[in-house]
Amino acid sequence: MSGGWNWQHVWDSLPTLLEGFLTVTLLVTVVGSVIAAVLGLVLELLRRSAPAPLAALLTFVVNFIRMTPIVVQLMFAYFALLALDPLTIGIVVFGIHYATYMAEVYRAGIDSVPQGQWEATTALSMSRGRTWRAVIVPQAVRATLPSLGNYVISMFKDTPFLIAITVPDMISNALRYGGDHFRFTEVIVVAGVIFLIASYPTSVLIRKLEQRIAFTT
Amino acid sequence: MPSPRDIDPSTPAIRFEGVEKRFGDNVVLQGLDFEVARGDRVTLIGPSGSGKTTILRLVMTLEEANEGYIFIDGQPLTHTDEGGKRVALKERHRNEMRKRIGMVFQQFNLFPNMSVMENLIEAPVHVLGLSKADAVERGRELLARVGLVDKEDAHPSSLSGGQQQRVAIARALAMDPEILLLDEVTSALDPEIVGEVLEILRDVARTTDITMLIVTHEMHFARDVSNRVMMFDGGRVIEQGDPETIFTAPTHERTKSFLSAVLGT
Repeated sequence: MSGGWNWQHVWDSLPTLLEGFLTVTLLVTVVGSVIAAVLGLVLELLRRSAPAPLAALLTFVVNFIRMTPIVVQLMFAYFALLALDPLTIGIVVFGIHYATYMAEVYRAGIDSVPQGQWEATTALSMSRGRTWRAVIVPQAVRATLPSLGNYVISMFKDTPFLIAITVPDMISNALRYGGDHFRFTEVIVVAGVIFLIASYPTSVLIRKLEQRIAFTT
Repeated sequence: MPSPRDIDPSTPAIRFEGVEKRFGDNVVLQGLDFEVARGDRVTLIGPSGSGKTTILRLVMTLEEANEGYIFIDGQPLTHTDEGGKRVALKERHRNEMRKRIGMVFQQFNLFPNMSVMENLIEAPVHVLGLSKADAVERGRELLARVGLVDKEDAHPSSLSGGQQQRVAIARALAMDPEILLLDEVTSALDPEIVGEVLEILRDVARTTDITMLIVTHEMHFARDVSNRVMMFDGGRVIEQGDPETIFTAPTHERTKSFLSAVLGT
């Protein structure tokens, strides 16, 4: 397992690593983020508008999910729902797990909308539903974009946990290659570099998106 | 519910009956009775903390009175008297009443996520049920009226304070209110642009019969547009009358000292 750095292993492992990256890591991050962003908003709006007992239950569930490791949740879902394919389970668990964090982000975003905005909607006789849809949520989402983006990157970096439920993501492919060739150093470094190469443009992209939909100044 | 057009013109647009408003232990308004006739332009003056803004906020239902009743066109706004018991009215009723009332705020409160035109048509389309085309047409007329025809696609944050306030006035007028509440609408503006906003309000006062309830520190404006001035102190009306009398020959000591302080005489 020793004997310096071998570039051959870098090139040879690249196809399987990229395959794992594209078909699992990226897929889980993108679909998981969409689920988390939408479900997080729904959770927060429900928590605010639901009757007290339901709101308390939601708060409990959200806290429960946030206070337990995602690996445990992945394994629980995997063994409890054996009928579903592991990739689907992975996407859903990542989506739900991060939805609980994003719900908290939305809460702060909604609270940051100035009181005057609510007052203007009252002065215009706008309905509750329309007030949320047209005024509060669009402003809250803009205020929360940086935090939401950070959670997307965070989720991206958590995807190697998928190995716990046998989903062939980039890291498990790397380990399999390593096992087959008795060389782990190169593949793990390559996987790390791929994460870095993907994370950095993502953070740039998020910043761009923020600027694009920010209020014209 | 009778539409505003069917109401006996002698019914006051606004009537306060024994209204009390407290914030915690602080009594802001106490046993307040007054009426504003339809088409009246009433300016509330008085030291800060005297409850003037609270009165506007009560009429707009942004605050709720602790005691007493407020009537709009003779109909109870938020609470009604049922056999000596003060009963809160449902949100549906309150929202119907609100449609008759518009408000312009000190801080403009335009929706920053919408363009100027979107700000103007949001409520006409979704509250009054106008078609988008009709609402846009009306929006353009109002923008012309406030001198901002070329700004319909602009976003509020790209406008100056004076321009934002003019859009806010147009937005309130787009709802065709029967009563317009002006809450220190020039207080957040630079002195040199106060004039442009007041000129538009003078024009609105001249060309419409909207009932106006105004809180302002601009005494010249108060004198120009209002037909009645009410001097507040300690949550009560201590003196009222036509602006000429109040500004030139106030009888109450508090009014005299207040006016000499704000007019610098």
